[in-house]
Amino acid sequence: MGQNIIDVKNLSKSFDISSKEPGLKGTIKHFFRRQTKSLKVIKDISFEIKEGEIVGFLGANGAGKTTILKMLCGLIYPSEGSILVSGHLPFRRKENFLKNITLIMGQKQQLIWDLPPIESFYLNASIYDLDKFEAKKRIKKLSEMLEIDEELFIPVRKLSLGQRMKSELLAALIHEPNILFLDEPTLGLDINAQRNLRKFLQKYNKETNATICLTSHYMKDITSLCKRVICVHEGAISYDGKLNLLLKRLSPVKEILIVCRSEKDATKLESSGFTVKNKIKNEITIKIENNSITSSLKTILNNFDIEDLFINEPPIDEIIGKVLIKKDYDI
Amino acid sequence: MSLRKYLKVYKKFLHTSLASELEYKTNILLDLITAILSLIGSIFLLSIFFQNNGYIGGWKFEQALIIQGIYTILNGITNTWFNPNLTEIVKHIREGTLDFVLLKPMDSQFYISLKKINPSGFLEIMLGFFLLFFCIRINQINLNLSFLTLSLITISCSICILYSLWFFISTTTIWFVKTWNAIEVLRSLLYIGRFPLNSFSFSLRIFFSVFIPIAFITAIPSEVFLGLSQLWKILLEVIVATIFLMTSRKFWLFALKFYSSASS
Repeated sequence: MGQNIIDVKNLSKSFDISSKEPGLKGTIKHFFRRQTKSLKVIKDISFEIKEGEIVGFLGANGAGKTTILKMLCGLIYPSEGSILVSGHLPFRRKENFLKNITLIMGQKQQLIWDLPPIESFYLNASIYDLDKFEAKKRIKKLSEMLEIDEELFIPVRKLSLGQRMKSELLAALIHEPNILFLDEPTLGLDINAQRNLRKFLQKYNKETNATICLTSHYMKDITSLCKRVICVHEGAISYDGKLNLLLKRLSPVKEILIVCRSEKDATKLESSGFTVKNKIKNEITIKIENNSITSSLKTILNNFDIEDLFINEPPIDEIIGKVLIKKDYDI
Repeated sequence: MSLRKYLKVYKKFLHTSLASELEYKTNILLDLITAILSLIGSIFLLSIFFQNNGYIGGWKFEQALIIQGIYTILNGITNTWFNPNLTEIVKHIREGTLDFVLLKPMDSQFYISLKKINPSGFLEIMLGFFLLFFCIRINQINLNLSFLTLSLITISCSICILYSLWFFISTTTIWFVKTWNAIEVLRSLLYIGRFPLNSFSFSLRIFFSVFIPIAFITAIPSEVFLGLSQLWKILLEVIVATIFLMTSRKFWLFALKFYSSASS
């Protein structure tokens, strides 16, 4: 892992939000006398991201993940604090900075709707100052990685969502950026399309050592791509660290279903001191702490006549769900 | 980015927007028919106004046709470039797709002002020039270098003023989100530019010269065509156009600081 490529210190952002009371009276009042209040959506956050890292931003809707990404890529001016991305102040949007980054949003598109994606690729190539030969080479390479071919020549409006997203990715990566900001890139895609996109991002990160900042509500995106996660809760960081540590912390025990040879063995196991969740005939479910799984299983296998056993991982969505509603995780 | 690169990108803009428009042949055909009918209708309306005594605000029908010619050219430019691009700013801001524009390594004003073209507006520009050449003949205007230079300068200034006004209104979308109505008001005011400025009352003339400089847009180029314009008026139009262009540019850059992007 290289040096810091993103450096955020004490970053805050406030927006003026207007509120409206329901009904006709509220509407008229809102029209003539709009009441606005300043809302601090990002509250004094600090973090660093190293070159080549893939970091997932987790948080409930409205937690502030997208606002952070937009400040990092220079779209929104911060109210307080400092951001340094690749040595640049993002909101100045200098040419050298913009040539180094890209933003992909699952719910917005930049491709020209009535034309085949290839036209948008060449347009972007000219904007990023690539000659025709270089553009052709990159389009070929990226389309092979993304496994798209004929779709390049079909008008965007006739492509499926998955094909469109792949084309969006190609359009956004034609200038080979070092930093990728991805805001829910798999939104609305089917399972296969999601998996292909994740495979592509892994490959891209491996081949180019690009830094990837990702937000997603699909936990599979986070677990298969990100070793590190930053959890955002009501505009503040509630956790910043390794994903597996967070999972261990939030789910300290595993459930193990043990199928004994006889009911007698199951009864013996029940009274041997393990925390038992339930017992049905010769099947018994016990809870074991993560850090003692190996030793406990060794004891069970050596002392009891076991036919089969299953280790049940708690669903990741359930674990992460806890993060979205809790304010602080000290690990 | 150098000028050469901007030209290269503009060539791509032309190519992609022409290709997009040509996807819908019937729409183009209807736009072309509308442009022709609109010009015929305008000339007919003008001829009705001049039927009584042959003069409006001291201008003969043949002279007023020059204003109509310049108006048609400007309307063609509006339909070719301003309408497809500047109305899109409102959409970009409402839907948050301005994000993509701002993250491109090129001038955002250039991008959003010139990305699209509507080819049917070209016909209006051509019809406008055709009408102007016709007016040059019937008004027996002497074509010489200074006439051509001054015409070119004043028409260019008119384009700049019109663009700046439109761009200025579109930029306010960053705060007000919806500004369609303000743009419609501007377009309606532009219709006023089809008539000689002298045909309006003194207070309206002041209003259209000082507050909303519609007067500059068509009246001064027309006066140049008829040899009626004074140098100070031309200089004033150049100054007004420069100030408008610079202000709209500064206003855009200022407004971007308040851009909050649409929520996802």
